Amino acid sequence: MTESKGVENMEIKDEGIIKGIEQLSPDKIERVIQNVLKNETGARLKTYVDTCVHCGLCSEGCHYYLSRDKDPRFSPAGKVKQTMWEIMRKKGRVSPEFIRNAAIVAYTQCNLCKRCAMYCPFGIDIAYVISVMRRICHKLGVVPLYIQDTAHSHSVSFNQMWVKDDEWVDTLMWQEEEAQDEMENLRIPIDKEGANTLYSVIGPEPKYRAHLIYQAAVIMNAAGEDWTMPASPGWDNSDMCMFTGDLEMMERLKRKHFETAADLKVKRIVMGECGHAFRSVYDMGNRALGWKMPPIEVVHAIEYYHELFSRDRIKIKHKLDTPVTFHDPCNIVRGRGLHEMARSVVKATCKNFIEMTPNREHNYCCGAGGGVINCGPPFKDQRVESSKIKAEQLFAAKAEGAEIVIAPCHNCHGGLEDIIHHYGVDMELKFLGDIISELVELPE
Amino acid sequence: MYTVYSFVTGPLAWIAFIIFIAGSITRFAMLYSLARKKDGVVFQYMSLKFALRSILHWIIPFGATNMRKNPAMTIVTFLFHICLLLVPIFLFAHIVLWSENFSVSWISLPDWTADFMTLVVLGSCIFFFARRLVLDQVKYLTTWVDFAILIIVAAPFFTGFWAYHQWAGSDVMTIVHIVSGELMLAIIPFTKLFHMFLFPFTRGYIGSEFGAVRMAKDW
Repeated sequence: MTESKGVENMEIKDEGIIKGIEQLSPDKIERVIQNVLKNETGARLKTYVDTCVHCGLCSEGCHYYLSRDKDPRFSPAGKVKQTMWEIMRKKGRVSPEFIRNAAIVAYTQCNLCKRCAMYCPFGIDIAYVISVMRRICHKLGVVPLYIQDTAHSHSVSFNQMWVKDDEWVDTLMWQEEEAQDEMENLRIPIDKEGANTLYSVIGPEPKYRAHLIYQAAVIMNAAGEDWTMPASPGWDNSDMCMFTGDLEMMERLKRKHFETAADLKVKRIVMGECGHAFRSVYDMGNRALGWKMPPIEVVHAIEYYHELFSRDRIKIKHKLDTPVTFHDPCNIVRGRGLHEMARSVVKATCKNFIEMTPNREHNYCCGAGGGVINCGPPFKDQRVESSKIKAEQLFAAKAEGAEIVIAPCHNCHGGLEDIIHHYGVDMELKFLGDIISELVELPE
Repeated sequence: MYTVYSFVTGPLAWIAFIIFIAGSITRFAMLYSLARKKDGVVFQYMSLKFALRSILHWIIPFGATNMRKNPAMTIVTFLFHICLLLVPIFLFAHIVLWSENFSVSWISLPDWTADFMTLVVLGSCIFFFARRLVLDQVKYLTTWVDFAILIIVAAPFFTGFWAYHQWAGSDVMTIVHIVSGELMLAIIPFTKLFHMFLFPFTRGYIGSEFGAVRMAKDW
């Protein structure tokens, strides 16, 4: 287990926030807030804030609240109280100290997972309200350092991890070569115009988890997919700008991604096992660009695997014996209802499947999403501390026999890994792709 | 006393109803035009089918997970809202007033039922009040306005109950009853009580997002 300081007494030392606050004056804060409220929000925000009857029923919905001994400051409405209520009541006349706390709350104590929207009797979208707070913080220049760095990377390189253009192509060719040891004729077709499917991944894949590209290539080749990956920027579907509140940059990223697919004249985009990128492509980014639904069909890895199994496009050698449980990621379950498809893929590949409780739409968040894990080391202890309820949920699944947690989302992996390590849950963590690529029958 | 009575049942009642109706229409119109200007997204994604699906789940007792997690709150909330709406409209004494002044009438609740329902409203208000004092997650959110609204809502029921039973000073209580009822009506457009009109829209919108875009349940 990792050492963890008591959260209460832990002073958060984040250079992005500290330096950002130093630049602020009450006048500047008021001007920026007025600007955001007047130009970027409307009846929706007003209705949400004015309709809340302070009943506290949203509390049950939040894993922070449940994990932090029901401290009311961590309840969804409690977080709105510390941010937008006060701001709207005072019409933006708040102190730099207020913004410091509001930034910490908005960026690191809410995963924007929208579970609370299912617990509020009015269906108030608190994640939206917190996003407005983040937008204000972004415009004030008060953003946690680590996530701001990824946003900078996005704006410089169009990918999240400062991956250089040649490194990207080099990684694809390297993974192709690696995979050819297993499957001689395997190819990762780069920039193949007119391919049926464009496969896009998130920046951290080439940076830290290159083997996932290998695995995707194995599955695509086994399925005989007519696919391609782009050679130039636009290959990264991730989007930390969406979470920092840099909405202009979010639009540029999504435009680049969609245009890359359009330039290659593909029919659809299949994306890897990532949740936030799906939210960005399917929900936030497309809307910001004026598309009600994505301009090109976007298929999440779960849907894709489901298609492969249901149409008999791949076969597996045998099912996995080890008992597994499944973690429902917010962005593709509450964000796209893929929970039943995911279960059918799990059942197609694993012999023993054990549900964790609660599950599906009601699953507890991994604690990492919404950009929280991307705020980095200064917030790690409090993040893991805020996932106690998740650890309990995992322990319960383990007690029923589950040894592997399947989580089809990168952020969830990051979050769950820390939870498993810190609380000593001792379970193995896998992507669906890990299992499928290992078990898939390769063509002769 | 009679002059005061005719004032509160005459001009003051008109004023209260006008403030309630005109205020509600104005607030609604302002929100609508602001939404048209700023929240195009709401109109794009609103779906009647999924809005109704969500509303239905949330107006049926125990129709949502969270209601099952808080059974006492669920029972009290439903009883409270039902009684709060029905008693003023179907009370025999109120219908008599409508009948005398506008020659319209409709079926009424038996007096003993209305009496019991009034006690339910008052009991619920005490429950909500206590909740705000006792439960940390509610206490943290509560402001003096929340208490004030609760008192304003309870007042016409408390005074009405008193007046109906002809307890000491029931003449004065009747006047207080009428004024407090008018006060409650008049503050609806300007307070959180306006949630009675906004509920179908907030619930309907999240229901539409969850149903049509996210393809997930929201209850």
